[in-house]
Amino acid sequence: MTDKVLTRITVNGVLHERWVEPRQHLVDYLRDELGLKGTRSGCEHGVCGACTVRIDGDIVRGCLTLAVQADGARVETIEGVSDSGEIADLQHAFLESNALQCGFCTPGMLLTADALLKSEPAASREQIREHMSGNYCRCTGYHAIVDAVESTRETRRLAGCGGDRHE
Amino acid sequence: MKAPRFAYTRVTTVADAVSLLRQHGDDARLLAGGQTLLATLNMRLSEPVVLVDITGIEALHGVAVQDGFLRIGALTRHVDIERSELVAQRLPLLTQAVPFLAHAAIRNRGTFGGSVAFADPAAEWPACALAADGELILSNGTNERRVMAGDFFIDLYQTDLHPDELIIAVEFPLPGRQRRFAFTELARRHGDYAIVGIAVAGDISGGVMGDLRIVFLGVGNTPMRALGAETALNGKRGDPAVLAAAIASLSEDIAPSDDLYTSAAAKSHLAGVLLQRAVKSLLHEGETP
Ligand SMILES: Cc1cc2nc3c(=O)[nH]c(=O)nc-3n(C[C@H](O)[C@H](O)[C@H](O)COP(=O)(O)OP(=O)(O)OC[C@H]3O[C@@H](n4cnc5c(N)ncnc54)[C@H](O)[C@@H]3O)c2cc1C
Ligand code: FES
Ligand code: FES
Repeated sequence: MTDKVLTRITVNGVLHERWVEPRQHLVDYLRDELGLKGTRSGCEHGVCGACTVRIDGDIVRGCLTLAVQADGARVETIEGVSDSGEIADLQHAFLESNALQCGFCTPGMLLTADALLKSEPAASREQIREHMSGNYCRCTGYHAIVDAVESTRETRRLAGCGGDRHE
Repeated sequence: MKAPRFAYTRVTTVADAVSLLRQHGDDARLLAGGQTLLATLNMRLSEPVVLVDITGIEALHGVAVQDGFLRIGALTRHVDIERSELVAQRLPLLTQAVPFLAHAAIRNRGTFGGSVAFADPAAEWPACALAADGELILSNGTNERRVMAGDFFIDLYQTDLHPDELIIAVEFPLPGRQRRFAFTELARRHGDYAIVGIAVAGDISGGVMGDLRIVFLGVGNTPMRALGAETALNGKRGDPAVLAAAIASLSEDIAPSDDLYTSAAAKSHLAGVLLQRAVKSLLHEGETP
């Protein structure tokens, strides 16, 4: 039972079959097994949000999820949502607002912000702050990030597509 | 840090989970959402030999009304409660409390049963379970027993759960028409564990409070019921003199201790502030505390 476990995970649309050690976190699986380095490993105990990825559409902490727990699931990372163009507007707004400096926190920030704008397309600045409070940024001081999320909320609202995907 | 080595196995029945618990004793740990357990493994605070993933046990999922109770299955995620119309209608206390509980990414995996089993004294669900007269349904695969929340939380991270038992669900008696609820808390950062929090339930009739449950989180080794404050407020309207008396009685009800950031005196003061806010919100339904 201590042996590696055969795990089938669909990452960004591609099915991967690997034998993984039970103790391997999803974030390490993505970075070390699959070479997807966009997802970051920061605090490794759930506090900073740098490791945020989606499992079956929901954002989760990649450091508080084992790869074996994602067996059979659909995982999306920053690479996947960048390539598909799904969050291109949000990424553009981050750039415009200077919402990133070193970029370490940015993949997690983007996925976290996008989750809010999809579930609450009219989120207030206060709601944005509360929702983003689980993600640390050591560079920007947060205001620019909140600005970028707010401006994306406006662009999405004007585009009349609410929480829909940008294609 | 990385977690130590362990084995991982999935079960689909309570009986299978229990037989692994009996076989491995203290070396086995149940894995639900993992939002506490995996963090403690990463910090190497414990080194179990085998993790038993119980998320595949269908009977532990879901929220339902049955036999006069609102039943929250142990594997119900925090986010499921946040989104549940049934919970919002039948037990709004939980709906009011859930936004304070960690962050969206953690609420997407963490479970009601995991939180109650872990019994952090600053956690929201144990306090809500106490304030809303929740009963825990525990099973060892052959026998089920029911334990009132008030008897379940024994001491710091200590509960009445036996080593070979699982929490199956928590059942709440459906509140009557006059029953109202309030929840509020103070934390250093939104979503962090509370410095101090409060969950209140009470019957309101003609502006008078009755049958109150006032429960604090973060001010003791378990969620703390403030019996003195309940007595001071039962049968009263909540005018300033009554509130002052209730706040004064908190010195008998709770005994917070200093931590790294907040002194015991500050916590006691904040408890009084929260009591006042919660009572106002209880009397003027709809106002956020
Ligand atoms: C950064 C961060 C912030 C957080 N903030 C808060 C907060 O503000 N408030 C709060 O309440 N929580 C907070 N949490 C904890 C979170 O709510 C957890 O989800 C919860 O405490 C545990 O639930 P789980 O399903 O993740 O349990 P797990 O981590 O899987 O398990 C926790 C413990 O309970 C046992 N267990 C699990 N399910 C059962 C069961 N059905 N029967 C018997 N035993 C069981 C496990 O064996 C383990 O010992 C936070 C966590 C993190 C990482
Ligand atoms: S690395 Fe996962 S939350 Fe910090
Ligand atoms: S941009 Fe450097 S941590 Fe956020």
